[in-house]
Amino acid sequence: MASILAVDDSASMRQMVSFTLKGAGYQVVEACDGVEALNIAKQNKFDLVLSDVNMPNMNGIELVKELRQLADYKFTPVLMLTTESAGDMKMQGKQAGATGWIVKPFNPDQLLSTIKRVLG
Amino acid sequence: MSVDLSQFHQVFFEESFEGLDVMESQLLDLQPGDVDSETVNTIFRAAHSIKGGAGTFGFMQISDFTHVVETLLDEIRAGQREMEQLYVDLFLLSVDCLRSMLGSLQDGSEPDMTKAAELKIQFQAILDGEQEAETSAAEVECSETESIGWHICFKPDVDILRTGNEPFRMFRELVDIVGASYVEVVPSFDTLPEFTSLNPEECYLQWDIYVRKAVEQQAISPVFEWVEDECDITYTPLTAVVTAKADNNPKQDMEAATAESTADSVMVPELPEDDAGAELTTSTATPPIPAASTTQASSDKAVSSAAPSASKNTTAKSAKSGNKSGEGSSIRVSIDKVDSLINMVGELVITQSMLGQLGQDFDMSKLARLQEGLSQLEQNTRELQESVMKIRMMPISFAFSRFPRLVRDLGGQLGKKVNLIMLGENTELDKTVMEKIGDPLVHLVRNSMDHGLETTAKRLAAGKSEQGTITLNAFHQGGNIVIEIKDDGAGLNEEKILEKAIQNGLVAEGQPLSSEEIHNLIFLPGFSTADTVSDISGRGVGMDVVRRNINELNGTIDVTSKPGEGSTFTIRLPLTLAILDGQLVQVGDETYIFPLVSIVESIQLEKKSLNNITGSQQVMQLRDEYIPIVRLDEVFNLDRPASESDEEMLVVVESDNEKIGLVVDDLLGQQQVVIKSLEQNYRRVDGISGATILGDGTVALIIDISSIGRHTSSITAAQKTTEQAA
Repeated sequence: MASILAVDDSASMRQMVSFTLKGAGYQVVEACDGVEALNIAKQNKFDLVLSDVNMPNMNGIELVKELRQLADYKFTPVLMLTTESAGDMKMQGKQAGATGWIVKPFNPDQLLSTIKRVLG
Repeated sequence: MSVDLSQFHQVFFEESFEGLDVMESQLLDLQPGDVDSETVNTIFRAAHSIKGGAGTFGFMQISDFTHVVETLLDEIRAGQREMEQLYVDLFLLSVDCLRSMLGSLQDGSEPDMTKAAELKIQFQAILDGEQEAETSAAEVECSETESIGWHICFKPDVDILRTGNEPFRMFRELVDIVGASYVEVVPSFDTLPEFTSLNPEECYLQWDIYVRKAVEQQAISPVFEWVEDECDITYTPLTAVVTAKADNNPKQDMEAATAESTADSVMVPELPEDDAGAELTTSTATPPIPAASTTQASSDKAVSSAAPSASKNTTAKSAKSGNKSGEGSSIRVSIDKVDSLINMVGELVITQSMLGQLGQDFDMSKLARLQEGLSQLEQNTRELQESVMKIRMMPISFAFSRFPRLVRDLGGQLGKKVNLIMLGENTELDKTVMEKIGDPLVHLVRNSMDHGLETTAKRLAAGKSEQGTITLNAFHQGGNIVIEIKDDGAGLNEEKILEKAIQNGLVAEGQPLSSEEIHNLIFLPGFSTADTVSDISGRGVGMDVVRRNINELNGTIDVTSKPGEGSTFTIRLPLTLAILDGQLVQVGDETYIFPLVSIVESIQLEKKSLNNITGSQQVMQLRDEYIPIVRLDEVFNLDRPASESDEEMLVVVESDNEKIGLVVDDLLGQQQVVIKSLEQNYRRVDGISGATILGDGTVALIIDISSIGRHTSSITAAQKTTEQAA
């Protein structure tokens, strides 16, 4: 089953995402900011990265940029978890190399259906 | 699949409260005009997380409200606005409002939305112009059209793959939405380069996609939502004219496709060629709804939903019940602490089994191993004890954290400029003690601000700086935690206190009182020296209640004051649950324990270096300072053979930054002792902070160094006065 790296500084969001994805049979590894995520990503290969945008230390945009520099993550889908208010965040994310985004708030079903779009 | 989201609520609440604390403290640090972008970012992130979480977990009241807060923050962050004092105030009010809303939700009751609605209107007023423009712009994009189907011309940029977007997946998604039999995907190879110049990481193909089903554009456009900026995409409703074109185009392209038969072509399986034709012939063209009217409708909707939802929620406010979230019901412990605990318990188990094995067939040859095992057990136990204690201990910053806000707000209310200094925030204190000390501290700080600090005009007249200073200081001293609340105000007005006390019949007229005694009068019931009873203090809870609360914790409160320089309130709280590192000493037949932290050094007492000053008080010259000598046997009236030998030891201890030398017979050893309260089991004894039970079952008393120190200085002072009198 596909492995997913879930990055969010909010523990409740991370738990929700992780719980939902695990429930659907995915393997999930959690990271609480971009720096941690990048380190984890370098050690393992993931089929998908789900990342929040606003995080301390390294935000989601920087994370995507860094990931795209890595040979293993050149084409890996990276989805940003963002809010509708952050219109230009979507743009920034895209320019950094993000595959797409999931608009917060989302429910578990939306999350799963969006993820299905980019996996497999 | 359905997931019960309520299981994440508790984490969400805790996290949100933390986020609010962060917002508050950062806002207080903020100097309008000189705004650090990282600070704004941190505030924004906190608001953002709360909003995101609230939306996800279904607390729409919270997320709606946080949205406006976040929007303004975002504009400030993006540099579209300057941070103004007005905004800071508004944000702080929002933090309060969110805190109470979250509190109600956590208790399972409906939050009171009146305040939120009021604030929201204010935010909306600030945001006004551009906000509306944005919404309407956004709505225009979503103008919908109905048709019998769509011709989508999809020309991705060559580097579309670089963002991890794969056209194949989009087509598959499209098929999932409308069904495989209604989708036809036709690739075009016009831009495909020569094989030699082909970069496998780029996408050269373009596609015409035919969706032959009456779906709304909105239903299928999300498929390409992520790549809108990385491709040319046009949606043309399938009409009679277009179908004609569609009839031709695919064929050409299909031919091309078969001719070139490239392995790279991305196609959705089960191309519905037959179906497509049938659909087309039967369907009729539906003209798209005029875009203008749609826009009108949707922006109307936007406006009505943006209107404050004040009225409907106000009714729920009285539902708030008295069941405050259970005090101290849970404690957040970092996973590191728990891990180390588990680790230690593991080691303990290993040691236990090792010892158990040893005990099954023990003979004297194994004595060394037994000793080794026992010392290991001791170490394990000690570590375990420390970790368990650590779990209950929290830095006092938890209690201090509310003060910057309090001082700021109160300063504004009183028209006083106040600088708050907090020291020793990392001093650890038992959680239960911390919870109980919060209110007395608040009262004392309010008191210092209201009564202690003078008005700006008075300060300037007295030649002081315009800004008053309040210092909160916490530190460990012996077995106590000491919290000082110091102001640089006018100091206590002794005359006024005395006058009031006489007026209230607390002291008789003409009764001689020392300054200290007069100062301590303020802790008596029914006492307020403020000229006018104000909102802030001087009513309700008095200093007597503060003292009672502190006494309930087995603590003490003292006040010292100097006219014109300010007052200092000193709270001493015992760490009743604490484990103390103690030095066991022998005095006569008794064993006492000195807190190890207060010991500076221990030396052999040399009779010849002792000097008698002012009667019986002895001092000893230790290097270049003189320290007062206290004989514990005298303090505690011990019967002790007057051995005039030179075998006595002097333990030099420090308290209140003053050194004293305590004379003991012998130093016995160091060990950790569990402090048992003497007050609870017996009564308070001056000079003793508690008791403990030693390994052999006897009780040893723990010396309260600071009270012994005070004892000495009072003796010295008393002697001085008697001498002066003489």
